[in-house]
Amino acid sequence: MTQNSQHTRPLRVLAAMSGGVDSAVAAARAAEAGHDVTGVHLALSANPQSFRTGARGCCTIEDSRDARRAADVIGIPFYVWDLAERFREDVVEDFVAEYEAGRTPNPCLRCNEKIKFAALLDKALALGFDAVCTGHYATVVTAPDGSRELHRASDMAKDQSYVLGVLDERQLAHAMFPLGDTLTTKDEIRAEAERRGLAVAKKPDSHDICFIADGDTQGFLANRLGGPAEGDILDESGTKLGTHDGAFGFTIGQRKGLRIGHPAADGKPRYVLDISPVDNTVTVGPAAALDVTALTALKPRWCGTAPAGPGGYTAQLRAHGDETPVTAELTDGTLHVRFDEPVRGVAPGQAIVLYDGTRVVGSATIATTRRRTDALAAG
Amino acid sequence: MAYLDHAATTPMLPEAIEAMTAQLRLTGNASSLHAAGRRARRTVEEARETLAEALGARPSEVVLTSGGTEADNLAVKGLYWARRAADPARTRVLASPVEHHAVLDAVHWLAEHEGANVEYLPVDAYGRVAPEALRAAVERDPGDVALATVMWANNEIGTILPIGELAEVAAEFRIPLHSDAVQAFGQTELDFGASGLAAMTVSSHKIGGPYGIGALLLGREYTPVPVLHGGGQERQVRSGTLDVPAVAAFAVAGRLAAERREEFAREVGALRDQLVAAVRDAVPDAVLGGDPDHRLPANAHFSFPGCEGDSLLLLLDAQGIECSTGSACTAGVAQPSHVLLATGSDPELARGTLRFSLGHTSTRADVEAVAKAIGPAVARARSAGLS
Repeated sequence: MTQNSQHTRPLRVLAAMSGGVDSAVAAARAAEAGHDVTGVHLALSANPQSFRTGARGCCTIEDSRDARRAADVIGIPFYVWDLAERFREDVVEDFVAEYEAGRTPNPCLRCNEKIKFAALLDKALALGFDAVCTGHYATVVTAPDGSRELHRASDMAKDQSYVLGVLDERQLAHAMFPLGDTLTTKDEIRAEAERRGLAVAKKPDSHDICFIADGDTQGFLANRLGGPAEGDILDESGTKLGTHDGAFGFTIGQRKGLRIGHPAADGKPRYVLDISPVDNTVTVGPAAALDVTALTALKPRWCGTAPAGPGGYTAQLRAHGDETPVTAELTDGTLHVRFDEPVRGVAPGQAIVLYDGTRVVGSATIATTRRRTDALAAG
Repeated sequence: MAYLDHAATTPMLPEAIEAMTAQLRLTGNASSLHAAGRRARRTVEEARETLAEALGARPSEVVLTSGGTEADNLAVKGLYWARRAADPARTRVLASPVEHHAVLDAVHWLAEHEGANVEYLPVDAYGRVAPEALRAAVERDPGDVALATVMWANNEIGTILPIGELAEVAAEFRIPLHSDAVQAFGQTELDFGASGLAAMTVSSHKIGGPYGIGALLLGREYTPVPVLHGGGQERQVRSGTLDVPAVAAFAVAGRLAAERREEFAREVGALRDQLVAAVRDAVPDAVLGGDPDHRLPANAHFSFPGCEGDSLLLLLDAQGIECSTGSACTAGVAQPSHVLLATGSDPELARGTLRFSLGHTSTRADVEAVAKAIGPAVARARSAGLS
């Protein structure tokens, strides 16, 4: 039932190496476990010339060089594959289109679904590899019936199963996450990299969106979506409170930067409740109005068989969010989720990932939310 | 191991290693006036004479550089600056579109920063520039041409260009013609004096000499504006202390390249023909790139429909067969080859290319390894498709 037991036979492994410390240590562990490992750096930027300070992302010449140096030290072949076109179509354009439609996408999830465990995995399998290895913190377990299950990493603090919740059983069958089943802190991973002679040991973590070089998501979106277009900020009753520079720049639950002239009647802070790109309005209201009691989600992907009938699960709604108990049911391809306790900061476009204990059940993209305050109106 | 990437670099000849290591034990700056300096200078000048003889040039026409890239830059930029300084109307640069990046990017830089008006000469499906095409381009305004640059043989597809005929056209209009002959040296006859060229680039590590040394053959009537300023060691057009061990070894390799050229063309050419036949046998729809007749004896270039070149490279590399996709690299990413695109190749087809380049250590076993591996590799790469 451990990850290691399923890989007693040496496999031909393609290790995706971003140039960061995690994927380097993952590749090193896979090689040390006796697998025949080949390293690949994915060139995802349409402009691979870009050098970036701090090298936090995944698509610069510097990252490519760091990945190559790690592969040299591990002693594995190394190549750079150009997946920039696929990445642009499936991740960047999707990201822009989602924001344009007033939703809040997670591009890392999309990249795992469409690039690392689709375009890359398919190519790897066709070329004779058995598995793709990444530096994600998650665990793949073989169930007694032989099926593959995705579980949270042993160390919950570093768990990344959320961004892998889009993987189906076939993808999981060819996924290898050597970092997931060890209770190690990030410092220990860095120490291990140091011990292995990997120069990336001291490299800063990547944190923001890799294709937005300067971390300025709003600037990126403004550039892509035709610049700021002034629109109205409304309260829940539709009364105009102020103006904004483009609805796509806001996130549901956001409090700062609203620039509303006069205070609310009750004097309490106001939060973004809704973003409507169609009429370019942003609706704000009190914190209580953020409370979401239920949601529907589309495009479900299951890590095993789809759940039959209503069931009790825990749900995670963002990459570093807490889990919360829910009842979920699938009807006609739509996932209906009720929260045991209301949650805040839920936005259409985000992924909801369902867990049964530590096991990832599946994921879906949030389409609509029901707030406590619309419970009466919406029935 | 089957090393089939000699056009990238070829193993050093034992004779060149011998010459280099012997010099590494000695001291002396060729510009110094004392005995040690004179000894170094003598070594350099003997090497220069050897290279001149191997290339049909006078010793004073051999300008030693750090390699092919520097020689190309000196020729293209230096001649442009000098010709424009003599007559400000001369800003047109005529270049073939299949040049190596050392020429192409230098020309491009002149256009971006020095007001050059770059005109790319038309090429046929094999990458050849017709003399009439050069004539037509020059005749549009013979007075404004700074220089023309056309490579002797293409590094990717192996086509040999008609340099002698092109040089005749250039000479008629008194326009300097430069030719990058890095790939041609040792494989086809190079006679700088007879060629009519103003300048010609050669490189040491492509012919079994060390890295980091090359030469620009430069007609005595030309004084390009230097790219590197300093002590003026090489005819006042190139500065920098000469690398005596590398110069000595380059000369040995150059002499042997010239001496063994016919034998090389015959023997390596026969192996290359076997390799081409074996690949066509295993993959009937493989497309041979370059001119089937006027080509380098060591070059075999193929496009494999429906394949990614990088997939093929990985699969062959895993079996110990080392070749190239034959295209330029940025951060290790294969870009569609500008050479294939210039020759009108279908961009999809241009993604699935491999260049096998043979050399002095190539054997029958290398060819057999390719014959055995290429069919299954192409089948597998096809199943991986074009991403």
